[in-house]
Amino acid sequence: MMPLAFAAAAVHAPGITGRPQNATEQQRGVFFPAYRRLRERLESARLDALIMVSAEHFTNFFMNNMPAFCFGLAEDYPGPSEDEPFLKIPKTRVPGAARLARALATAVSEDVDIAHSEELVLDHGFMVPLHLLTPDMRLPIVPVVINCLAAPRPALKRCYALGHALRRAIDTRAERVGLLACGGLSHWPAVPESGKLNVEWDRAFLEDFLAHRRDALTRYTEAEIERDAGPGGHEVRAWIVVSAATEGARGETLCFEPIPAYAITGAIATMAV
Amino acid sequence: MSLYGVQKVLFRLNNDPDVRKRFAADRDTVLAEYPLTQEERRALAEADVGSLHLMGAHPLLLAPFAGRSGLKWPDYLAALQRARDARGR
Repeated sequence: MMPLAFAAAAVHAPGITGRPQNATEQQRGVFFPAYRRLRERLESARLDALIMVSAEHFTNFFMNNMPAFCFGLAEDYPGPSEDEPFLKIPKTRVPGAARLARALATAVSEDVDIAHSEELVLDHGFMVPLHLLTPDMRLPIVPVVINCLAAPRPALKRCYALGHALRRAIDTRAERVGLLACGGLSHWPAVPESGKLNVEWDRAFLEDFLAHRRDALTRYTEAEIERDAGPGGHEVRAWIVVSAATEGARGETLCFEPIPAYAITGAIATMAV
Repeated sequence: MSLYGVQKVLFRLNNDPDVRKRFAADRDTVLAEYPLTQEERRALAEADVGSLHLMGAHPLLLAPFAGRSGLKWPDYLAALQRARDARGR
């Protein structure tokens, strides 16, 4: 049995690849080297597959049928869904770790009810981190999409439970598996407030994330997240999954740099699993 | 109000090139396929993103629709703000 070999969380805002020049030189000088350090750690973990947990953005699902959690079980995934001029990431296909995905989804289903799909399309939520971490797009992935979008969303406690269930499933596997949360933290995407950040909220959340403080991470009401972290703040669900899956591991911040031009705090953190 | 219908049109336009093609050729026929009020139909046909914003259309549905309708990003954000200001008056 092989334990979890890599765990981290990182932001995925489209501006990171689409309009990098809009950030100041100082911000870029902090943020991009930190993403490179995350890449080095990922490479040194020699993973067989990476589980990526990201948010639904009306790429795959709509309110006609909105899963709380959806595991991708496909052999490969097209992406990015966005036009190339917007993300500056060429259209490609990312390999899926289909056998692993099916085994994980089966094991997780013992504890948490999930949906699954063989037709997921990858949007910026997956493709921005992949572009920076595995630009050759050869590392097989298991995409997990969380409804961070349309209320009612899965409760934060259920996201914590998903993290526990995922870890139990990962720990039974022989592959070298990594886990990456993509998204967050506070942001107000595609509204006039875009570029507004709540750095203090981000800092407090990140500390709770690093210390696996379950009660603190899951204490927010939906209205509190909306008010203090913006409509994009619901994406912290992905981070909660990773914090739960790595309980006991020492957390480390690789980057915490507010970048209004990307509409996010450039937060990148790892867990010493 | 049929916000669900408005958002469904936006979702279909954003995600299905065939629906986009049909919409470009004949908006009225495409919009007639959805349960919409006259005002909702007008706002979608004219890409009146300010009105659609006030109706409650999700920004992540609205922004790609605005871009494909030829609105530049700052103009899109300004249109939303103008609509809010007008409602406030």
